[in-house]
Amino acid sequence: MTGMREGVTSVAEQEISTRLVELLTQQRESLGAAWLENVSATLRGRISVAELDRELRELYSALVDGLRTGGFDWQGDSYAEVRALLGELSRNRARQGFSPTETAVSVLAGKEILEPTTETSAEDIHAYLRLSRLMDALGLYTLEVYAKTREEIISAQSEQLMELSTPVVKLWEGVVAVPLVGTLDSARTQVVMEKLLQTLVDTGSDQAIIDITGVPAVDTEVAQHLLKTVVAARLMGAECTISGIRPQIAQTIVALGIQFGDIVTKATLADALKHALRRNSVDLGRAGGAA
Amino acid sequence: MTERVPVLKIGDVLLVSIQVDLEDQTVLDLQDDLAARIVATGASGVVIDITAVEIVDSFVGRMLATTAAISRMLDAETVVVGMRPAVAITLVELGLSLGGVRTALTLEKGLDMLARPDSRPPAKP
Repeated sequence: MTGMREGVTSVAEQEISTRLVELLTQQRESLGAAWLENVSATLRGRISVAELDRELRELYSALVDGLRTGGFDWQGDSYAEVRALLGELSRNRARQGFSPTETAVSVLAGKEILEPTTETSAEDIHAYLRLSRLMDALGLYTLEVYAKTREEIISAQSEQLMELSTPVVKLWEGVVAVPLVGTLDSARTQVVMEKLLQTLVDTGSDQAIIDITGVPAVDTEVAQHLLKTVVAARLMGAECTISGIRPQIAQTIVALGIQFGDIVTKATLADALKHALRRNSVDLGRAGGAA
Repeated sequence: MTERVPVLKIGDVLLVSIQVDLEDQTVLDLQDDLAARIVATGASGVVIDITAVEIVDSFVGRMLATTAAISRMLDAETVVVGMRPAVAITLVELGLSLGGVRTALTLEKGLDMLARPDSRPPAKP
């Protein structure tokens, strides 16, 4: 029984898709032009009409081919071309900063071109509704690719930000500094810590300065991260100074009751450098036998 | 059976360079050997070189602190040198700050530090 109904449905679907192919092929030029007009009305000149025309023409013929060979199964092999075109279109739109509406309209505007009128026969209305469902599914697919592309862009950017925001600079022979900018979280502190410690080894420096002028707020968590970094540097045999503590931050730290113990803290990077050099010059003086 | 870590004497400093994977028994043997050698040689300093150590656990971390304490009892200052960044981070995450153990970046700096004691206070937790 069920099998029979499925058979009937697929025969009916076959007829509908054949009818749609017929309609779409017969009026190819006028429908294509209507589609193009609908889309460009929404995009309002943000993309050249020639380019849009090329995209939609490709999409149109791919869609007709898909309908002819694969019916309405938009996830099947017959629609591979359609999906590839939509994916590319969607990715390009996402990169160029178009809104989701502006992206989806390229597909959804295709629904309007076959919109039934009072003269439309019952079969054609049925065919239109079926096409409409297909276009909705393709529209959703477009949005999905769009969202995925945006997420890729965001994660790539945050990665870049992570790399950019943690430079370790050598200030003097044996003195390195990390100017921290932005909010500190566990992931960033980990990167800072690893980079700083590796630089200590690579350059053979035994004085490190962590400058927190660019850190907007210090709470217990941030302080904990800073302390960990300082202790790790000490374990390796380097001294760590924290500089760039602004008045408000000093007040917050005291109000929160955070103990920095015997870690040297300075108000400015200049003071910290002076401190580090003084400690180093004692070392150098004794080691080299010179002043 | 288990490998023993050699304890070398340079002047009045004992040098322990750990080149093998640290098993618990190796660590215990090392403590015995080191304590015996300090007494036998009357050394005034001990340098533990862990440049080659890539993996530490809390036992090894505690061993470093214990060894330093034992040496101090025997009037020999301990300096741990050449700790790798990854090892330092691990020890901090384990909550071991090796209070009282002095550290230096390289063997050279460690020997230099022992040559002029009290120039820098030992690291506190």
